[in-house]
Amino acid sequence: MDVSSLKAVLLEGLATCDVIKCQSPFPEMEKSRPLWDNPLQFVFACISYAVGLGNVWRFPYLCQMYGGGGFLIPYFVMLIVEGMPLLYLELAVGQRMRRGSIGAWRTISPYLCGVGVASVVVSFFLSMYYNVINAWAFWYLFHSFQDPLPWASCPLNSNRTGYEAECERTSPTQYFWYRRTLNIAPSLEASGGLQWEQALCLTLAWLVVYLCILRGTESTGKVVYVTASLPYCVLIIYLIRGLTLHGAVNGLIYMFTPKLEQLANPKAWISAATQIFFSLGLGFGSLIAFASYNEPSNNCERHAIVVSLINSATSIFASIVTFSIYGFKATRYAPSLFPRVILLLTNAFDLEEGSLTADNLSAVQAHLAAAHPHAYAELLPQLKNCSLEAELDTAVQGTGLAFIVYSEAIKNMEVSQLYSVLYFSMLLMLGIGSMLGNTAAILTPLTDSKFIATHLPKEVISGLVCLINCVIGLTFTMEAGNYWFDIFNDYAATLSLLLIVLVETIAVCYAYGIRRFEKDLHTMIGHKPSWYWKIMWAFASPLLIISLFIFYITDYILTGTLQYQAWDATQVKVFDYPGYALAVIGLLVAASTMCIPLGALVTFISRRLKRENISTVA
Amino acid sequence: ILFLLIMLLSPCVLLHAIMCRVSCSYGYAWDANEEYLFKAMVAFAMRRYSSKSTTQISNVLLCNVTDRVSFWFVVTDSTKNVTTVPGSEVEEAVRMNRNRINSAFLLNDKTLQFLKISSTLSPPVEPSTPVWLIVFGVVLCLTVAGIVFLIVSGIQRKNKESSETENLEEKCEVTVTIENGIPCETLDLKAGHINGVYAADDERFTSL
Repeated sequence: MDVSSLKAVLLEGLATCDVIKCQSPFPEMEKSRPLWDNPLQFVFACISYAVGLGNVWRFPYLCQMYGGGGFLIPYFVMLIVEGMPLLYLELAVGQRMRRGSIGAWRTISPYLCGVGVASVVVSFFLSMYYNVINAWAFWYLFHSFQDPLPWASCPLNSNRTGYEAECERTSPTQYFWYRRTLNIAPSLEASGGLQWEQALCLTLAWLVVYLCILRGTESTGKVVYVTASLPYCVLIIYLIRGLTLHGAVNGLIYMFTPKLEQLANPKAWISAATQIFFSLGLGFGSLIAFASYNEPSNNCERHAIVVSLINSATSIFASIVTFSIYGFKATRYAPSLFPRVILLLTNAFDLEEGSLTADNLSAVQAHLAAAHPHAYAELLPQLKNCSLEAELDTAVQGTGLAFIVYSEAIKNMEVSQLYSVLYFSMLLMLGIGSMLGNTAAILTPLTDSKFIATHLPKEVISGLVCLINCVIGLTFTMEAGNYWFDIFNDYAATLSLLLIVLVETIAVCYAYGIRRFEKDLHTMIGHKPSWYWKIMWAFASPLLIISLFIFYITDYILTGTLQYQAWDATQVKVFDYPGYALAVIGLLVAASTMCIPLGALVTFISRRLKRENISTVA
Repeated sequence: ILFLLIMLLSPCVLLHAIMCRVSCSYGYAWDANEEYLFKAMVAFAMRRYSSKSTTQISNVLLCNVTDRVSFWFVVTDSTKNVTTVPGSEVEEAVRMNRNRINSAFLLNDKTLQFLKISSTLSPPVEPSTPVWLIVFGVVLCLTVAGIVFLIVSGIQRKNKESSETENLEEKCEVTVTIENGIPCETLDLKAGHINGVYAADDERFTSL
């Protein structure tokens, strides 16, 4: 053998040595990374993070809007095309790189450190406003211990001659939410002062979150046992209670009858894709953080499938409960409208007592409309349509569903305090579980960075993060705070996440290389991923995310000005956002999306400078 | 007679008339006897309120009685030349004696409504400290206690660990692997893969 071939062999050996050293999953110099006590803790942490309030208050609304049982078809298609592959990708990246989001993406390619920073920024925005929901849940939970629930009846007005005017016009539950809880201002501009009760509840919520993340995985691992399992216990109790309520079956039939014509509506598919995407919490860096605390040989493929299936199953489960509650409310409320309408008409037209019944109501209404058109027209706004379908058609989502509709239903159950306590504890557990993931996404990169970790202990870093978030979060406890909350809720995470996950998928598939990724997975799990995963990662998911992205951008452009819904003591009014609010929205979106190109640029420049330094020195 | 008719009809148009309504779910049988009782009760209320015994049943005038059982009524003052008593006085009188009037008809404030006279509702019982503050205080104390406990135990554990690692480091200094008389750390094991001498001048060797 000649020397050149010997040299070639030696150089090749050196090259493989280099590769092994760079890609070693067990870097020698690393202080032992904290680990989950067992894989169950990891699965519970992921479930606790993914199963959040969106499963309870967004999915039933989507189901109702887009065709009932038929919505499950686009939902499952999107789960298979988008949800499972992207979840598996993030868990695998985290487990392989054993770093938080910034470190993990920097390891894949130094130009991608901006992706990690963008994830941290988005998580930071999310944790700022998300804990306010926990504060509201605490508020309602504490008020559930009163004997007649405070939202069961209207309070009296100042001279005790009747009920509070605002409450009379709306309903006790709406009054309690808008006035007693939020004390909402009529518009964004009228900021109002800080609500000290809400500020106290927010501080308590942050203290509880701090308690759970204080020791890192040690404390988080124990807490997720509770936050993952308690909501299911409560949902089961509510399912049994809900199904035995009078009228629940109406709601369930209404929900599950598929309206298949909705499948032709592109909005149904887009909503399904969006819901899967945001429900799993992709792109925040939380999943990467959780997976980085895994044993390298953990079977993340199985866990990814399990977590995504459980998340979807919980959504469906929660919507069954919600629809039985809807049915109960509607069946109870719609017939009670008849006496009210009869009384109204009888008083207005001085008819004989008992002449109007539920049967002849429509006929008499027609007669009155013809005979006294002017007087009847005046009454018309108060004569709401009292049919069951009309009641069931009122679709509510978000805080309205969780805090108004549910509390309305709870106050009509027997032993309402118990059900109220259970329900709001469940909301609290769901919210805290998601907060644990969010804070892990922020803290893991911070504690991984050697610079910060050597100067400050973990407890102090966690404390600082909680304190900063709490202070900024106090803005959401002002009178106009709910409008700022809506701004953050709608704009802080939506576009940025789509972009982040798109860049992540493309980076792993094309920059890192899908062959290399396959080999890493083979080392970790023991078998290579099947062709299904590879096709989804390489083609299907990126295409889907790009189309979602295009849809959102065109939607924003087409609607022109952004508007928000304000509550002015009786009804919802729609206003345009003022200039400074639009500026804040722009800032929110820009702050996270710009990190990606900026990170690449900074790395490029620093590398050029280093190369120039080396070339000038050498 | 025409004059009397006019006097009977016109009072209801005046501002002092108060509307009364029976709004009963089971259907209240309202007839002339009930009207008589009503007039008697209003006269009774006026007597108790103004404490002058001049109001007669004939002073109370009902008009516009409908099948719905709703009507207007006024109270005239026979001493002052058939003028009507101001509505505010009548209201006050009825409000003071509302209970008696309701009981006479076996109705209540909701079923026998006087449209300008609102009833006083009893306020709900409120404890001195709101209940929610108590529960809040309990949860807050538990949380703060938990945080303090975890922080303190963390500090204690770190102190114990740092004293233990000091002991270990002292022991470690003794055991240093020695190979060929040279301590291992100074040998760069990786650089030994290529012997730099040979790699540099391979051109001198002829190919085989």
